[in-house]
Amino acid sequence: MQFLEAIRLALQTIWAQKMKTAFAVIGVFIAVTFLIAVVSIVQGMNAYMTDRFAGTLLGVNTFHLRRFPNFQTGEITDSTWRSWMRRPRIRYADAEAVEAAITVPHLSAWESGNRATIEYRGKVARDIDVTAATERYFEIRNLPIALGRPFSAQEVRAGTPVAVIGWELADRLFEGRDPLGREIKIHDIPYRVIGVVEKQGNLFGISLDKFVVTTAFAPAKRFVNPPGVVDALIIKTGSLPELRAAITEAEAAMRTRRHLRPTEGNNFAIETADAVLDFWGKINRVLMIALPGLVSISLVVGGIVIMNIMLMAVSERTREIGIRKSLGARRRDILSQFLVESATIATVGAAVGVATGLAAAALIDATTPLPAAVAPWSIAVGVALGAGVGMIAGIYPASRASRLDPIAAIRHET
Amino acid sequence: MSAAVDVIIRLRGLTRDYAMGAETVQALRGVDLDIARNEYVAIMGPSGSGKSTMMNLVGCLDTPTAGRYWLNGLEVSRMTDDELARVRNREIGFVFQTFNLLPRASSQHNVELPLIYAGVSARDRRARAARALERVGLADRAHHKPNELSGGQRQRVAIARALVNEPSILLADEPTGNLDSATSSEIMQVFGDLHRQGQTIIMVTHEADIAAHAHRVVTLLDGLVHSDTVKRAA
Repeated sequence: MQFLEAIRLALQTIWAQKMKTAFAVIGVFIAVTFLIAVVSIVQGMNAYMTDRFAGTLLGVNTFHLRRFPNFQTGEITDSTWRSWMRRPRIRYADAEAVEAAITVPHLSAWESGNRATIEYRGKVARDIDVTAATERYFEIRNLPIALGRPFSAQEVRAGTPVAVIGWELADRLFEGRDPLGREIKIHDIPYRVIGVVEKQGNLFGISLDKFVVTTAFAPAKRFVNPPGVVDALIIKTGSLPELRAAITEAEAAMRTRRHLRPTEGNNFAIETADAVLDFWGKINRVLMIALPGLVSISLVVGGIVIMNIMLMAVSERTREIGIRKSLGARRRDILSQFLVESATIATVGAAVGVATGLAAAALIDATTPLPAAVAPWSIAVGVALGAGVGMIAGIYPASRASRLDPIAAIRHET
Repeated sequence: MSAAVDVIIRLRGLTRDYAMGAETVQALRGVDLDIARNEYVAIMGPSGSGKSTMMNLVGCLDTPTAGRYWLNGLEVSRMTDDELARVRNREIGFVFQTFNLLPRASSQHNVELPLIYAGVSARDRRARAARALERVGLADRAHHKPNELSGGQRQRVAIARALVNEPSILLADEPTGNLDSATSSEIMQVFGDLHRQGQTIIMVTHEADIAAHAHRVVTLLDGLVHSDTVKRAA
């Protein structure tokens, strides 16, 4: 019997036995949906973490000198937390000494930040990131100014109350009117808007366009840190080797200033994008190791369901098998009929699974902060796995069917 | 009828034993029988006489325990399962008491089935199945499913299916067993027409009035040929 004929027959049977097929389909469907959705999310996260997260929040070839890491990866125990809280803060003098100690070419900026409520003529924007920074901040964080200008070194030194704000905040406060020159209030102190940063989009669903950057010694600073203290010193270098050299120099300078003995650990944190990416890499590896396990469990379950349904089909269709044999169907005709049928069921399941997986990925992408990017290979693997499982699950029922005695089969009452 | 007449079925010492637990039941105990081309034979006998066993063996659904069977010059008694399937496909057209049509398939598709296993292309299948349905007067029922047809129509679909591969023999097992008498005579009419067109027909039945349509009646008793009467020359 020709292959296409077998598929046509399989599709007819599937159509005739929708209920049973639906159950058989579910097994493979779940596995494939799961595969596609998880792979899509992992892939999406991957692209996201490397392209955006690390670059946007920490910067490429950039490190942050902080009291303790800003991005905590893994579980932080209470004792770790307490030891971090006992650490001395990063003082202006520390930052200056480290800047002076770094010999490789670099850009540097100071940064202190907190959340605050921003007011403009009675309009209020709550929970806005307010950063007090030095003038290189925009360059280091790669925040191009779309409108107006960044603040200057003079303004930083003078503590001029000027602000560069994010696109979304500008939109919300000024509703399309020109933001430049307008006065916003932070803790009741007026700041003049001198620039708006280009639209940055979002990260895990959190808008990156709702912020205020003001000068490092502006009045807002008081609400963030005690006098003479800065949250972070940011150093950006031109290349990875330079970054390594700069980190070594910064670490040595800090250890000297803090009088740390060789056996003592650092009581400050040097944070790079690598640390975050490393952590993500670990999660990614765990997921990619666990994924085949989880997918194969659901495929095995799906396979067993298909096998049982095919066995049921064989016993229900004993008479049909007898009729076909009496009309000249050979063993291999019956065998291929049932194999193709189970493979078709499984492939249909896989296809539905692919579609649902894609839909799930799209839905997750659209409705949650988790990004998703569909990997074409996962679709191919999903369909191939589904069809393969269908074939394997079909072998036993199909061979039972093919070995039925035609005389007994044709007299079989169902 | 001379010896030169085309012998289509030749049985020699055909024996079939069944193991029933510890006992062995001899369903056929050495049947010798020749059937020539274009004969119309009824095989009769009470239940337990070996009719069904005979039917299964002649239909190549079963192989004999001992003895030999030539169908159309080919010895089928030593064939493998797949070779037998091929013989069933090409040489034998079955008509069953219970019609044995695929319930979900149209008449057309049911008739096409043997052609599918013969490897005939889809286009030829359609044409040949249509012709076969026409032969039994059901051209207008090609797209009906068995449950949309009367018993007589179903049996005629089964006959069309049996004939579609132009088999050497048409083998009917109680073809009227599930039909009322009017429909039965209608089916016998079809058999008679086919026989006149040159078809060899072997029909197993326990009804004497049905057997009367045949030109030769072979009676089995206790697994042996009891009588073999030719009513008139075929």
